[in-house]
Amino acid sequence: MNRFRSGGLTGFMLRRLLLGLIVLLMVSLVVFAATQALPGDPARAILGRAATPQSLAALRRHLHLNQPVIQQYLTWISGLLRGNLGMSIAAQQPVTTVLGPRLVNSSVLVAVSAVASIPLSIAIGSWAALKREKIFDTLSTNLLLALAALPEFVVAVILVILLATTVSQVLPAVSEIPPGSGPWDHPSALVLPVLTLVIAVAPYVSRIMRASMIEVLESDYVEMARLKGLPERTVMIRHALPNALGPVFQVIALNLAYLAGGIVVVEYVFNYTGIGSALQEAVVNHDLPVVQALAMLIAAVYILLNLLADVATILVTPRLRTRL
Amino acid sequence: MIPAAGISASPADAQVRPVRASSLMRRSLRLWRTRIGLILVGALVLLAIIGPFVAPHGQSAFIGPPFSNPSGKAPLGTDHIGQDVLSRLLNGGGSILLTAIIATAAGLIAGTVIGMAAAYARNALDDVLMRGMDVIMAFPQVMLALVAVAVVGPHNWVIVLAIALTTAPRIARVARGAALPVVERDFIACSEAMGVPRWRILFVDLFPNILGPLMVEASLRLTYSIGVIAALAFLGLAPNPGAANWGTMIQENRIALAVQPWGAAAPIIAIALLTMGTGLIGDGIARTAAGIDRARGAE
Repeated sequence: MNRFRSGGLTGFMLRRLLLGLIVLLMVSLVVFAATQALPGDPARAILGRAATPQSLAALRRHLHLNQPVIQQYLTWISGLLRGNLGMSIAAQQPVTTVLGPRLVNSSVLVAVSAVASIPLSIAIGSWAALKREKIFDTLSTNLLLALAALPEFVVAVILVILLATTVSQVLPAVSEIPPGSGPWDHPSALVLPVLTLVIAVAPYVSRIMRASMIEVLESDYVEMARLKGLPERTVMIRHALPNALGPVFQVIALNLAYLAGGIVVVEYVFNYTGIGSALQEAVVNHDLPVVQALAMLIAAVYILLNLLADVATILVTPRLRTRL
Repeated sequence: MIPAAGISASPADAQVRPVRASSLMRRSLRLWRTRIGLILVGALVLLAIIGPFVAPHGQSAFIGPPFSNPSGKAPLGTDHIGQDVLSRLLNGGGSILLTAIIATAAGLIAGTVIGMAAAYARNALDDVLMRGMDVIMAFPQVMLALVAVAVVGPHNWVIVLAIALTTAPRIARVARGAALPVVERDFIACSEAMGVPRWRILFVDLFPNILGPLMVEASLRLTYSIGVIAALAFLGLAPNPGAANWGTMIQENRIALAVQPWGAAAPIIAIALLTMGTGLIGDGIARTAAGIDRARGAE
């Protein structure tokens, strides 16, 4: 990929940034084409067959459908850049007003899940690698393999059965965040959604951590550090861990990006008031401006996280830096 | 979403000699996990195929009050409108399985061709194809499927297309990664010199050499496809809302988990066992493929 090998780290980051922007531009074209420029009449798709000609005409004007397609795209994308995402058709309010508080709720959900899952899975993976083929390793590897295969909504409903309804009722089954309050006001509402997302992410991160750690522990420099007589703790924390983390960053970023998609289903299960459940509602209500905004937002987050992963991987892996 | 956990998706796993798919399968069957996975998947597939013929009641027949507990007439009780949970369980797997298999197969074929072509071309075509794949991969699988359903409607072909479209780039990445070291090898140059047509080089020379990583990724993708398709039904976007569907059943009956858990628990168990089964098979194949590589490294 690196056909233009110049500029070192900064050059690499600039190239990746440019590539990310190009991908984002393509994404915006795809989103726009899929939701607005398709053959057929979006106004009729939104209002249904019973719509009157007047309401159809009004909605077409509202969505700028009476302009040429290119003009429509430019209006939409320039609005997007200025933070004007249009009007939600279902709520009759600006999309930013509808999604703003929900975006905060979802960010808190993803952040708490990330903070809970990443150190946990790094610890599980490292410990399993240290105790390779022992009981902890066998147990955790097989358990995580089974959990990794489960779709998130299945995990979520199983947790509801175990902790909120049938078996025990220690936690609320519904995690609605009332308007005007934040998720931090309802910590118990966060537990089950966070637990679901942790279970969705931890298997992958700890698995790659284990594989990476095993490779590092078998390397010459760890052997060397041990032969120097360094205590095992120092060998682990100073020599093994930083090098083992390199490949893990990529997977962490991929998983965070995956969380952006995973929240759609998880928020819906728990009725959590976030952008994921907003997307589900917008799809059911044919609220295309909201669908467009969320598709762009989630795609942008995904691209950004991938970018950060690439840069972080380079930064923590000295031998890759020289190859730029 | 996530490449096969780094086990065999890396180019370093490129094989010295082609591993025949049948031999990889046979070898992976020596592992218990593969056997358990096959038994699970086999049982669930059998249930989905034979189920509709042995169901005690029609899938839409009302046989009692809503959410009644298991009885002789309805061994798993009734659902939210008084239909037999067992009969709906027996009827509800077919569509998910069929859609998942068709969509994954389509994505697998498209992704393999794109990945191999990109690796073989090594020029602007490579860049164009793989950046195109990046664009598709910027959408989480569930989200792209949701948007497609929002715009076109919850038809079977839309769901198949959306899943295939989001599966292809992930397969293409693996195929390209596995093919890159292979296209540099002498036997490819030899075929080129002999004037073998390009499609023959791709499918006869290159393809068998990337089968190992591809099979691992394919089983992983099948697991995800089943999950996404069931999730769409769960989100209320099944192609045929009245028909029995495991995802729809969970959605309809979860409000009564405290009184009649079976309506949601039975399809939950079915989906969980199915995806665990495909996951175990994939892991078995991955371990076998990695084991073969290790053994060769020692030669």
